[in-house]
Amino acid sequence: MKEHTASFTQFFLPRANFATLLLCLQRRGYQIVGPQLRDHAIVYDVLQSVSDLPQGVTVVQEPGRYTVTHGMSERFFAWANGPQALKPLLFTPRETLWRVRRDENGALQFVAETASMPPTAVIGVRACDLAALRVHDRVLLKSAEPDPHYAARRAQLFLIAVNCSDPASTCFCASTGDGPHADAGFDMALTELDDGFTVQAGNALGQTIVDELSLNLASDAHHFAVGQQRERASQVQTRSLPSVARRLRLMEQLEHPRWQEVAERCLSCGNCTQVCPTCFCHKQSTENDLATAESEQVREWDSCFSQQHSYIHGTTMRGDTRARYRQWLTHKLATWHEQFDMSGCVGCGRCIAWCPVGIDLTVETTAMVGELSS
Amino acid sequence: MIAHVPATARIVERVQESNTIFTLRLEFIDQTLHSRYRFAPGQFNMVFLAGVGEVPISIVSDPEHETLYDHTIRAVGRVTRGLAKLKAGDHVGIRGPFGRGWPLQEAEGKDIMIVTGGLGCAPVVSVINYVVARRARFGRLIIMQGVKHADDLLWQTRYQAWAALPRTQVVVSADAAGKQWPWRIGRVTDMFREVNLVPEQTIAMLCGPEIMMRIAAENLLQQGVASKKIFLSMERNMHCAMGQCGHCQLGGWFVCKDGPVFSYNDVAQLLPVKGL
Repeated sequence: MKEHTASFTQFFLPRANFATLLLCLQRRGYQIVGPQLRDHAIVYDVLQSVSDLPQGVTVVQEPGRYTVTHGMSERFFAWANGPQALKPLLFTPRETLWRVRRDENGALQFVAETASMPPTAVIGVRACDLAALRVHDRVLLKSAEPDPHYAARRAQLFLIAVNCSDPASTCFCASTGDGPHADAGFDMALTELDDGFTVQAGNALGQTIVDELSLNLASDAHHFAVGQQRERASQVQTRSLPSVARRLRLMEQLEHPRWQEVAERCLSCGNCTQVCPTCFCHKQSTENDLATAESEQVREWDSCFSQQHSYIHGTTMRGDTRARYRQWLTHKLATWHEQFDMSGCVGCGRCIAWCPVGIDLTVETTAMVGELSS
Repeated sequence: MIAHVPATARIVERVQESNTIFTLRLEFIDQTLHSRYRFAPGQFNMVFLAGVGEVPISIVSDPEHETLYDHTIRAVGRVTRGLAKLKAGDHVGIRGPFGRGWPLQEAEGKDIMIVTGGLGCAPVVSVINYVVARRARFGRLIIMQGVKHADDLLWQTRYQAWAALPRTQVVVSADAAGKQWPWRIGRVTDMFREVNLVPEQTIAMLCGPEIMMRIAAENLLQQGVASKKIFLSMERNMHCAMGQCGHCQLGGWFVCKDGPVFSYNDVAQLLPVKGL
């Protein structure tokens, strides 16, 4: 199993010493964001201590269902994911882009709003979250005009991946190639075992933190357990998406009767777009302060399921749910490749679990392009 | 390019073109910015009206000869109705220029066929003015303008002036018109045969309602013009203008940055699909 360790050595951090990692990061000036249980779901927020972590929590996810249970396990990360992870941290749901006011001569003055975030270490980043981060980096940073707000926060991130040991029934990252094991894109990566964590640096910065922890090397037994857990996390996944070549053929199926059939179940609520870690649609609106006569340009997440999304000159281009679901799925799985040379789906399964009526994109996609002759 | 935060521009002149259509002639307050600002016909700016919001508006002035840049705007929505109330001396915010404009370099030496429908159609007026100002560099200029009703035709005198130019043919047609109407009656797309275009010499530029552009493009294809030589200007909802907000998607295209001008070849498969 040592072929998976890349050039960085695996160390071992006993669970009882997990707080030393948090202390080490705090000493270096990082605020720590990590998973915690809130409102019957795993959410990512600022973490004060190890006791905030969802120890013993497991999560059952099915189409239209997300159920938290508390067990006897000592583990902190024995669940797949929550409704969100990195996206709201970097691409915030709502923020001001610039302000405008009139000076004493009545001239309009525009002032850019700058984004700020303290150095932030995120613990418990999943492989699918790292894949989604690569997607947003591609969309918002590797653009002709990089988004300065996203860029400012992105530069402050220290990413500590925790490999996924308990994929949900809704997960299909193995079929998209995005998980369950984090191979790149992190500063440190951990694998949680029964007695603690194997720890690996992903780059020089991660290595300095690992060095500060003064850990012992992981044993052969640890390596073996990591390998087994990794294999199992792939094997338990039952959902899958058709190959990319087949997914691209969704654009040849724009009049498939299945779109109407999904539309009769879909509520057009946009939950899937809100929990999707790659959906990037946003709107801008101008908000006025009547007292100061100043106005601000606000950017907020938008959804292709909203009526306003495609509104122009008194008409909505995508006027019904059929057109909106088709836009969402074809964009995610087909046209994303044309635009960004990558898939818009990372296999996290959030859209399946958080859909109030349990629409499953793997089923819908397979129904339209899975059985086609190649 | 002014990408993220608007720059303040002053309205130097305001011209009322019709009841609902007006032109704003603008300059940036910052003179350095103004002298550096470059655009191509068919590109657009995001025009910000204080307290209301931004709208994408194409730039209609000449990219080389004019010191000001013009927006011809139809008052149809919340922002454009507000812009209509502005006067010379007032300020707006400008981001831009955005998008891909008309293929004017490719068009040099070719016959230019302009087909527009509906009111005004500012994006192609910029092309007509561009070609007229550099007449020797282009072949024939064929302008075909269709309107629903005769009363909708803007710039009657301009069409008359263009018709008087050498190697220039103007066909204006209204679906309905009274007895005084000097031009044609019927759909402009039904009159393509009359202009005797030479398909391999022709580059076509279309602007107007999508259905009209599709009919025009199919008609031109039938006459032998290659789909890569037929260009059309598309419109979609736009917020960021940089391919990041997602609103303007048409299949895999972001109309704001991959367009708004597309070759028919690039969009022919997508245009007939309702609700894309």
